[in-house]
Amino acid sequence: MPLSWALLVSLALAVAGYIIGRSRAFASAGTDIRKLHSRPGYHGASVALTTLTPAIVVLMLASVLRMAKVFPPEATGFAGLLALAASVAGLGWGVTRINTDFRARNVVEKIVQGFLIFCSSIAILTTAGIVLSLIFETGHFFQKYSWTEFFFGLNWTPRFQGNSSLGILPLLWGTLYISFIALLVAVPIGMFAAIYMSEYASKRVRGIAKPAIEILAGIPTIVYGLFALITVGPMLRDYFAQPLGLGSSGSSVLTAGLVMGIMLIPFVSSLSDDIINAVPQSMRDGALGLGSTPSETIKQVVLPAALPGVVGAVLLAASRAIGETMIVVLGAGAAARLGLNPFEAMTTITVKIVSQLTGDNDFAAPETLVAFALGLTLFVITLGLNVVALYIVRKYREQYE
Amino acid sequence: MTDIPMSSEAQPRGNSLLSQDARTRKRNATEKRFRMYGVIAIGIAMAALVILLTSIVSDGAGAFRQSYLSIPVALDAETLDPNGNRDPAEMSKVLTLSYGKVLDKAVETAVADSGIAIEGLTSTDTSNLISKEASAQLRNHVLADPEQVGQTVDFNVLVNGRVDGYFKRRVSMESAARDANTSPQQLQLADALKEQGKLVTRFNWNFITNPDASDQRPEAAGVGVAIIGSAYMMLVVLFLAVPIGVAASIYLEEFAPQNRWTDLIEVNISNLAAVPSIVFGILGLAAFINFVGLPQSAPIVGGLVLTLMTLPTIIISTRAALKSVPPSIRDAALGVGASKMQSIFHHVLPLAMPGILTGTIIGLAQALGETAPLLLIGMVAFVREFPAAPPEGLWDPASALPVQVYNWTQRADPAFIERASGAIIVLLIFLFCMNLLAIFLRRRFERRW
Amino acid sequence: MYDINRAESAVTQQDIKISASKVQVYYGDKHAIKDVDVEILDKTVTAFIGPSGCGKSTFLRCINRMNDTIPIARIEGKILLDGEDVYDRRVDPVQLRAKVGMVFQKPNPFPKSIYDNVAYGPRIHGLSRNKAELDEIVEKSLRGAALWNEVKDRLHEPGTGLSGGQQQRLCIARAVATAPEVLLMDEPCSALDPIATSQVEELIDQLRENFSVVIVTHSMQQAARVSQKTAFFHLGNLVEYGNTDDIFTNPQDSRTESYISGRIG
Repeated sequence: MPLSWALLVSLALAVAGYIIGRSRAFASAGTDIRKLHSRPGYHGASVALTTLTPAIVVLMLASVLRMAKVFPPEATGFAGLLALAASVAGLGWGVTRINTDFRARNVVEKIVQGFLIFCSSIAILTTAGIVLSLIFETGHFFQKYSWTEFFFGLNWTPRFQGNSSLGILPLLWGTLYISFIALLVAVPIGMFAAIYMSEYASKRVRGIAKPAIEILAGIPTIVYGLFALITVGPMLRDYFAQPLGLGSSGSSVLTAGLVMGIMLIPFVSSLSDDIINAVPQSMRDGALGLGSTPSETIKQVVLPAALPGVVGAVLLAASRAIGETMIVVLGAGAAARLGLNPFEAMTTITVKIVSQLTGDNDFAAPETLVAFALGLTLFVITLGLNVVALYIVRKYREQYE
Repeated sequence: MTDIPMSSEAQPRGNSLLSQDARTRKRNATEKRFRMYGVIAIGIAMAALVILLTSIVSDGAGAFRQSYLSIPVALDAETLDPNGNRDPAEMSKVLTLSYGKVLDKAVETAVADSGIAIEGLTSTDTSNLISKEASAQLRNHVLADPEQVGQTVDFNVLVNGRVDGYFKRRVSMESAARDANTSPQQLQLADALKEQGKLVTRFNWNFITNPDASDQRPEAAGVGVAIIGSAYMMLVVLFLAVPIGVAASIYLEEFAPQNRWTDLIEVNISNLAAVPSIVFGILGLAAFINFVGLPQSAPIVGGLVLTLMTLPTIIISTRAALKSVPPSIRDAALGVGASKMQSIFHHVLPLAMPGILTGTIIGLAQALGETAPLLLIGMVAFVREFPAAPPEGLWDPASALPVQVYNWTQRADPAFIERASGAIIVLLIFLFCMNLLAIFLRRRFERRW
Repeated sequence: MYDINRAESAVTQQDIKISASKVQVYYGDKHAIKDVDVEILDKTVTAFIGPSGCGKSTFLRCINRMNDTIPIARIEGKILLDGEDVYDRRVDPVQLRAKVGMVFQKPNPFPKSIYDNVAYGPRIHGLSRNKAELDEIVEKSLRGAALWNEVKDRLHEPGTGLSGGQQQRLCIARAVATAPEVLLMDEPCSALDPIATSQVEELIDQLRENFSVVIVTHSMQQAARVSQKTAFFHLGNLVEYGNTDDIFTNPQDSRTESYISGRIG
C-alpha cells in the first residue's frame, strides 16, 4: 500500500519538523526566549502541522478518487509520491517561516480549529451518506419495479426466480401493529413508574427501582430478542394462544409487542421523568396549597402542563419501536400478513430489510434492492417522528427555562 | 364582601379537622389507588428485569459446563506418524479422519473394559457417543507435542451434544427414542459410564476460547472468534469515535458561532441519535462495502459503522460534561492571558474528563451490544478462523458476540439455544464490567461546583 | 355570613385563630425553628418579619403543613387551629389546606384559563353543585381579589398571560375561592413592581374583614403598612411579638431594635 507508506513517512517528517522548528525557534531567540512571540513548542508544532496537512489532504483526495474509480489503482504510487513531495515542501516552507515575530501559536490554533470543524461536520456527512446511499439504490429499485405497486401493493411474496410481489403495506401494517402494542405496554408503565419515582417514592425505593430500570435500558436488544424467542413466545403460545384456539405460533405480534414494550419502559420513564421534573415546583406548591391531593396535583396540574413534552416522548418512543430490529426478527416471525389476530406471526419493515440483505446479495435484483426502498421508507417515517418530537420537546423545555 | 365564597348550605366540609368528611375519604381513596398504579408499574418493570435475567441465566448456564469422556487413548504410531520422525510438519499431513479411528478404538476399548452390558446397544451408538469435533481436538493436542505418539495418554474426549444435553436435562429418554442422532441405549451407556467416573462434567473453558462450530456439533461451539471480533470493533470505535466526538463537542460547545450551519449540525446530531440502527447497517453496506470496496464480515467495517452510530452519544455526553465546567474557569484562564484554545485544552478539558470518559464507556457499551447493522455487513458469516493480530486482523473476517447469538438462534439443534444464552451471559458480563467502570469513574472524580 | 362554624364561637373580633406552642422544626440536622410560641388572632393581619433565613417562611409553611412535602423536615410541638392540633395523626393535610389557604412568593398560576384557575379549588373540594354556582364563586373571588373588572371579558384566556401583579391577584382569588379561614402569604409582593405591590397591599387590608391573614415579608415598611400584629424572627427564634405600632416604635428587645433600625438584616 503506497498510500499508507507515504502517510508513515510524512508522519516521520512531521516529527523531524517539530524538532527542527523548536530548535530554530530557540536559535532565533538567542539568549532570551522571551523575545519569541510564541513558545518554542508552538513553533515546532507549526512546522509539524505544515508538513503533515498537505500530505493528508493529498492522500485523502487520492483515496476518494480511487474509490470513485476515477483513476486506476496503478496510479496510487504516483499519488503517494505526490503526497511525499507535498509534505517535504510543507516542511521547507514551515521552517523558513520561523523567526521571533512569527505567530506560531495562532497558526497552530487555526489548524486545530479547522480539524475541530471537520470533526463536527462528520455528523452532516453521515446523514448525507445515509440519504445518498438510500436514494441511489432506491432509484435503481424503482427502475425495476413500479413504485405504485411497492407503496400500494397488498402482497409481499419475493421469489428468487423473479416476478415477485413487493408491496410494503403488509410490512407497514405489521410494524405499526407491533409498535402500537409496545407503546400500549410501555407508555402507561413507564409514565406511572416515572410519576411514582419522582413524586412518591422514598429514597430507599428510588435507590432500588431507578438503577433496576436503568439496567433494563442498558440491556442490548438481542437479549430482548432471545427472551422473546425462548421465554415469552412459547409462554404466550402455550397458555393463551393454543387454549383459546387463536394460533399455534410462538412468534407473534403480541410476543414482539410485549417484549418491545418492556424494552421501551426505561426509555419512556426517563423521558417522562425529565419532563415531569421540568414543571416548576411552585406550580405543585400552588395546587397542594389549595388542598389538592398529590394525585390531583399530578393529574390536573403537572400532566396538563407537561402534555407537550409527554407527546414528544411518546413520539420518540414510537420512532424507536418502528425502527427496532432484533426483537421483531426473533419474536415477530417472517410471514407478511394483513390481519388483526395478535397471536399470529406478522412481519415488519426491519425484519424484511434483514432478510433481503443477508446472505448472497445480487445488487441487480429487485428482491435485494427493495431493502433500500424499505430502508428509505423507514428512515423517512422515523425522521419525521423525530423531527416533530424533538421540536415539541425543545419548545416545551424553553417554556420553563 | 362579607359573604365571599358562598352560602352556608353549599359548605360541605366537616367542622372538625379531626374527622374526614365523605368527599375527603373518597379523594383519599383515589389517591391511594393512584399510588398503587405507580407501585404496580415499578413492580412490573422490576419483575420483567428479574424474569429476563433468570431466564437467560438458567438457559445459558449450561453452556459453561460440558461433559467429557475421560479415557486412555492409545496413540498408535503406525497411524499417526507413519514415517516415525515425530516431525510436526510431516505429521500435519495425517488427516483428522485417522485420529477419528484412533478415538473410536479407544472408546470401544473403554466401554469393553468397563464391563457395561446394555441390551440393543449398537456399535454406532458407542462410537457416536463422542463428538465429531473430538478427533480434531485430539489432532491439535498431538501436533502440539508429537513425542506423545506411541504412548497411551489420558485424554478428555468431548461428548456428543445429545449426551451432553441429557445430563443438562435438555434431552430425555423419550425424546431420544424419536431422535435419529441418539438412542435410549446410548444414554444408558452414558449413565453407566458416568457412574464409573469415566464420564465427567466440568467447567467449559472451550466455550470461551473455541470458534463457532458447524450445525452438527453444538457441543464444540464457542465464542472465541466472536469475542475477538467484538474487541477489534471496540478498538476501532475507541480510536475513531472518541477523538472525533470530543473534537466535535469542543467545537460545538466552545467555538461554534450561532448560525445556520451550527444549527444544522446540532439538529443533525440529535436526529442521528434517533435513527434506527439498521439504517446505519444499510449505510455500511452501501458506502463501505459496495462503494469503498472494504471486505465483508471484517471488523473494520463493523467498527466504522458502530463509530458513526456511537458518535452522537459521545458528542451529547461530552457536550454535557463541557457545559458543566463553570465559565469562571474559562474566565480565569483567559484573564491571565491564555488563548481560548489554551484555556480549553489546559483547563476545561481536564476538568470535563471524567464526564467524557463516562459517556464514552456508555457509548462503547451500546456499540458492543448492537446487532442489527452488523447483520447487513456480513458479520453473520460462519467464521472458524481466528483473525490475525491488529491492524491487519481488522480486515480479516470475524464474528461479533451479539451476532453470534443471532446466528445460533437460527440453527435447528436446540443445543444452540443454550449456547446463545451462554454467549449472552458473556456479553452481559462485559457490559456489566463496563458500566461498573463508568460508575466507578463517576464516583471517583465527581466534582461539585 | 361567610363561615357558620366560626360564627357560633365568635365573641369578639379578637379571638384566637391559631395558637402555636413549643414549635421546633429540623431540616435534617439543622434546627431551623426553636421553641416558637405565638397566638394569631382572627380577622387580623399578622406580619412575620426578620432577616432572610430566620425561619419566618418555614414557620408559615408549618401552619398548613406544606413542609410535609419536604422529606427531611421534622416538626415538633403543637399548632392549634380553632383548638385542634393540625399535626394530629387524624388530620388530613388536604382538608387542612382547604381551611388554610396559601399565596406564594412567585405568582404561580396554573397553565389553564383564568376561570379554571379560580375554579380549581372549588372543583376539587366540591364547593359547588352546578355551573351557575361555580360561576358565582369565580366572580365573587375575582371581585374579592380586585381583579374582576380587569379580566371579566377574558376569563377563558390563559392565566399565564396576565401581568405579574394581576397574576398574583389571580393567585389570591384562587386561594380565596376555596373558602379558607386563614390565608397564609409568603412574601406575596417580592416579585412585583411598586404599583402592583400597592394594589396587593390594598387587597390584603380588605381581606382582613373575612380572614385571618398571616404575611411573611422582608420589607419592614410593608409590615408597618398592612399589619396589626408583628412577629420578629431571628435565627429561628421568635424574638418579639406584639402590636405592629409597638414593635416599630418601642421595641422591647435589642435585636428587634437593631433590625428595624437597619443594623442587622
